[in-house]
Amino acid sequence: MGQITLQDVQKSFGPVHIIKGADLEIADGSFVVFVGPSGCGKTTLLRLIAGLEDVSGGKILIDGKNVVDTPPAKRGLSMVFQSYALYPHMSVRGNIGFGLKMAGLSKDETNRKVEAAAATLNLTPYLDRKPRELSGGQRQRVAIGRAIVREPKAFLFDEPLSNLDAALRVQMRIEVTRLQKQLGTTAIYVTHDQVEAMTMADKIVVLNGGKIEQYGSPLDLYEKPANLFVAGFIGSPKMNFVTGGHALQKGAATIGVRPEHLKIERDGTGGWQGTIAVAEHLGSDTFLYVDAGELGMLTARYIGELSLHAGDHVSLVPDPARIHRFDASGNAIRG
Amino acid sequence: MARIATRQRVVVSTIGAWFFGFLIFFPILWMVLASFKTELEAFAIPPSFLFFHWTTENYATVQERSDYFHHALNSIIIAGGSTLIALLIAIPAAWSMAFSPTKRTKDILLWMLSTKMMPPVGVLVPIYLIYKTFGLLDSRIGLVFILCLGNLPIVIWMLFTYFKEIPRDILEAARMDGATIGRELIYVLTPMAIPGLASTMLLNLILAWNEAFWTLNLSTSNAAPLTTFIASYSSPEGLFWAKLSAASTLAIAPILVLGWFSQKQLVRGLTFGAVK
Repeated sequence: MGQITLQDVQKSFGPVHIIKGADLEIADGSFVVFVGPSGCGKTTLLRLIAGLEDVSGGKILIDGKNVVDTPPAKRGLSMVFQSYALYPHMSVRGNIGFGLKMAGLSKDETNRKVEAAAATLNLTPYLDRKPRELSGGQRQRVAIGRAIVREPKAFLFDEPLSNLDAALRVQMRIEVTRLQKQLGTTAIYVTHDQVEAMTMADKIVVLNGGKIEQYGSPLDLYEKPANLFVAGFIGSPKMNFVTGGHALQKGAATIGVRPEHLKIERDGTGGWQGTIAVAEHLGSDTFLYVDAGELGMLTARYIGELSLHAGDHVSLVPDPARIHRFDASGNAIRG
Repeated sequence: MARIATRQRVVVSTIGAWFFGFLIFFPILWMVLASFKTELEAFAIPPSFLFFHWTTENYATVQERSDYFHHALNSIIIAGGSTLIALLIAIPAAWSMAFSPTKRTKDILLWMLSTKMMPPVGVLVPIYLIYKTFGLLDSRIGLVFILCLGNLPIVIWMLFTYFKEIPRDILEAARMDGATIGRELIYVLTPMAIPGLASTMLLNLILAWNEAFWTLNLSTSNAAPLTTFIASYSSPEGLFWAKLSAASTLAIAPILVLGWFSQKQLVRGLTFGAVK
């Protein structure tokens, strides 16, 4: 079991409020991603759950039990750090088995579990090596091995993939997701990479300035962002925002349209007119950055190749069903 | 062309390094040589370098006139004891400052170091009087105590910089793995800090072994370490270079050998933080 509930959790360092009252319900077995720009408090929130920082107020319940006064070791959670934080003087076997040794398991039992975890992560040939003899990806795997071998109530991941190169990151992303589904253990994963968030999560928590902006499934966040911040943060390239007359016509202070929901018309007369400033041809997609005069720069995405180039005149027609409306304070207008 | 230039550079810098190394080592070499000369040859002008009448007579005389092993034992006890006590105090102090610093940590560190900026002679009289009152003059305990206090700031500073280098994440990982503070210390922190502990210990041993101000002023015979032993050959009956050299050679031999075998650790210790 690994159900985690946050009730008005607060954290301040001196006069600075890092977490301004977080309420959250994380279901057993789910994969929840905390995402937000740097400094938004996502890592702090994770460390509060881990017990590495003390809360300034509120409750953290794990399986219904308030753990704010429980030391990290007794919370039954395990953590994977951004820097891997492997014990440099211990072999891979020693690293993975350390938690079991601390729990007082017998040598045989420890070895059996370590070997099983190593087999899951393809680490068996490296069991007797030291961390410095491993590549970045292998070290990351050892850190994950150390987390899974203890069969914790939940895994906490603190930007575990940010030190890896792009190709390895994609591969590990898939491996972590697969492993979590296979084990069925609750996971909380912190990242600033919204692609990681969208692809890995069952549910995403978007944080900004120490506040939870929205909590929902990836598609919920994509289709029904609660406010301007979430709308701009989720989705790549970023959503286009238009203010002024066009927005007022739709009864909103700001309207937002995602690049993929703009229909591109060559020399068209409807929609929003503009001149292409930059065209990016990726083969699979074409991204157009269009200078639309008073509307500013708009981004449009076309699936497949579109032979348009810088300087061409285009008109962009928003899909009326996909226009997001926001009021003056930035909150989404529904209906 | 480039390769020849590099080679030349290597040759020149190698010769330069050997030259300066020899220059620095020369006084010690000269002292060792002088200890094997007769008194007359020891201050003969022009001096003879290697071709003189080699004799071990000075060593015999030194051994006859004073008890080398008594002083050596005192040096071992005083240097060893003060180092051990300094480490016992400094390890927890440096841990706490490195891993749970407060607003005042930097000030405390600077204040401790500032005590090293004062010349020891400035407090000689009060310390002497205190020692006299408590009967600590010419006692090993008294010397252990003063050398320990004198070196403590440096020991704490060195350990502090070492511990600072240990990533916090690793300690937190141990905590998440269920280690209590004690086990964290034994299984994670200490093994990672061993190189630092070793070089700090070595440096402190050498400093304490060679310390001459307090040992000369606070001891006469009973607790006198090797520094006093050397000093006893310097003045009263005029200068006896050969015997003084023999005494000095005997006095520095143990620490020289120790330093030789641990030079790797020492260099690492002294340049720690500067070179990564």
